[in-house]
Amino acid sequence: MRRRLAPYLLVLPGGLWLLLFFVVPMVTMLSLSLQEGDIVSGYVFTGHWQTYADVFVNYRTQLVRSLVYGAAATVVLIVAAFPVAYWIAFHGGRRKASYLVLLLLPFFVSFVLRTISWRYVLTDEGILLGPLKDAGLLPDGFHVLGTPVAVILGLVYNFLPFMVLPIYVALERIDPRVVEAARDLYAGPAVAFRKVVLPLALPGVFAGVLMTFVPASSDYVNSAVLGSSSTAMIGQVIQSQYLTSSNYPAASALSFTLMAVLLIGVFAYARALGTEDVMKVAAR
Amino acid sequence: MSHLDPALVRGLTTRRGFLTTAGLAATGALLAACGVKGQGSPAASAPAADEVAKFWAGRTGTGSLSVASWPLYMDPEQPELKKFTAATGIKVNYQEVIQEMGPWFAKVQPQLAAKQDIGYDAMIITNGSNFAKFRNSGFLAPLDHAKLPNYVANADPSYAKAAYDPGNVYSIPWASGITGIAYDESKTGPITSIADLWNPRFKGKVGMFSDTEELGNYGLLAIGVKPEDSTPDDWRKAAEKLKEQKSSGVLRNYYDQSYIDALGKGEVWLTQAWSGDVFQKNVSDGTNYKFVIPAEGGTIWTDNFTIPVTAKNPVDALTLMDFFYQVPVSASLAEYINYVCPVPAAKEQIAKDAAAATGEDKATLAQVAASPLVFPAAGDYARLHYYVPFASEAEHQEFQSVFEPVVLG
Repeated sequence: MRRRLAPYLLVLPGGLWLLLFFVVPMVTMLSLSLQEGDIVSGYVFTGHWQTYADVFVNYRTQLVRSLVYGAAATVVLIVAAFPVAYWIAFHGGRRKASYLVLLLLPFFVSFVLRTISWRYVLTDEGILLGPLKDAGLLPDGFHVLGTPVAVILGLVYNFLPFMVLPIYVALERIDPRVVEAARDLYAGPAVAFRKVVLPLALPGVFAGVLMTFVPASSDYVNSAVLGSSSTAMIGQVIQSQYLTSSNYPAASALSFTLMAVLLIGVFAYARALGTEDVMKVAAR
Repeated sequence: MSHLDPALVRGLTTRRGFLTTAGLAATGALLAACGVKGQGSPAASAPAADEVAKFWAGRTGTGSLSVASWPLYMDPEQPELKKFTAATGIKVNYQEVIQEMGPWFAKVQPQLAAKQDIGYDAMIITNGSNFAKFRNSGFLAPLDHAKLPNYVANADPSYAKAAYDPGNVYSIPWASGITGIAYDESKTGPITSIADLWNPRFKGKVGMFSDTEELGNYGLLAIGVKPEDSTPDDWRKAAEKLKEQKSSGVLRNYYDQSYIDALGKGEVWLTQAWSGDVFQKNVSDGTNYKFVIPAEGGTIWTDNFTIPVTAKNPVDALTLMDFFYQVPVSASLAEYINYVCPVPAAKEQIAKDAAAATGEDKATLAQVAASPLVFPAAGDYARLHYYVPFASEAEHQEFQSVFEPVVLG
């Protein structure tokens, strides 16, 4: 008897937690998205699906922009994170742990503060652009802040560890003898990397993409701090609908739309590039 | 609101269709149970005298209170509050917790709707759409003017005529500010008009406010419409004008309080700005930015002392509010914050303080006493407009839906 109950008891704390802080808010939000009214006279449930169509039409630009920025940041992240993870895994030696701590060190400072400090680096007459402009290397009106580039750079900076760590874990597990074996079988370094290391690292890349693309697409801090009005992302729209306009139905409907789009995207991605298949394809 | 909002009626039919066709009656009931309570709308006009009597009946002071205010709205040393505690024995917990009106309303609305204490006995809130939301939700206590003798004696009587709270029934002013244009004269030359904010000569160097009411007002003034007379059609035209400013690349960005920083760093050369900030920036950083009320007109806003209905210590709050209407206290506050002072007699007091002061302080105080930004002349007021007034929350939502897409393009 006790043995049969044990799994349920083990699941209970986590399950209750999820019920209280995930399921209940989700149901509340779903309900909110179908309500009508205003903050003064109150919102009443009317099953008004039209809100979804309205917010999609009004804010599809920001929705698409968020996915584009998220995707761009993810691609840059893979390119930037792979060499870092590779170097720590294969050449880190005894100091591997120290390098990983260095990578995580910025996390000791608040996410928002770190993003704001980028403003000081990238500002028009700041430490980076100021001297370049004085030297005549850049035109006077040149700026980085307020452009999509600044927002994507901010996303890359803030999510870098989430890409490095899973790739590192995948690379770290590779038995060096497997690579040696490839070399023994007359594979050059490039071929050994492409045929052995890369396929074995792909599960890490796959996990990294999931861990960065989803939060990067729904992020609103980087765009608010480093971007301008023409880089507004969907997270900013949701925030302003909740906190400035007190338009709860629109905010909830937007949140669900975003969630649905991301879920569909992630499922399609997992379906098309499921870890197993990825390795098969790459090993061919 | 005397009429029934058509949006509410329209939803009723949809609801039935949704329930029957989807056969999700149980889910529907569950979802419907999560409604958000509102508070209905009391008449916008003054409440009957007995409502004041009803609220204040049996209430006495408790010897302490908490105030919710904004950053940079009092000398960090809080000299006025120290004087207040010395004079009355009432302890004040002064917190700079309000940064923006929308988020502040969103934060306290659930507690106030549930008739719970929000932890503050007085809050300083700006006139505008959120003020109307506070008032129309019945969240503000009607003030007992019999307990505000200094206010009655010293306040500028024009405030009692303001449309956002006629008769100062729910609020009395803390300070007002002017939204004008701040600019770096060394880069732009003299700036006199709103049209300069569209001038291609300043491509990529113009800042505007992200707040839709601030932005909307300037859009309306730019197309020659007075905000108080504007119609939804004018809003759409103003929004088009603002979009032009953005698409032509003249606009650098829409800013919140960070505009002053952007000006300081040379990110913008000219920007919509709040009067007191520019003065404080020049004094604290030794800069020489100019501030102008544009020829087309500017915006004036008033931050007001209010008491939430659920306040635990409303009598102490009322005592503190009245204390700030003593001429010397009002003068000392204006000397520090440099926003429009609601007590005209403070001007003379500041001039007196200037005469008594020495060195650098003397010049600064004399400048404050003479400043049209602290004590605007009648002619200045004629050019200043409050935010667009909304008859209902539905009208405000329409305004939002016109200007929000401009900001979040």
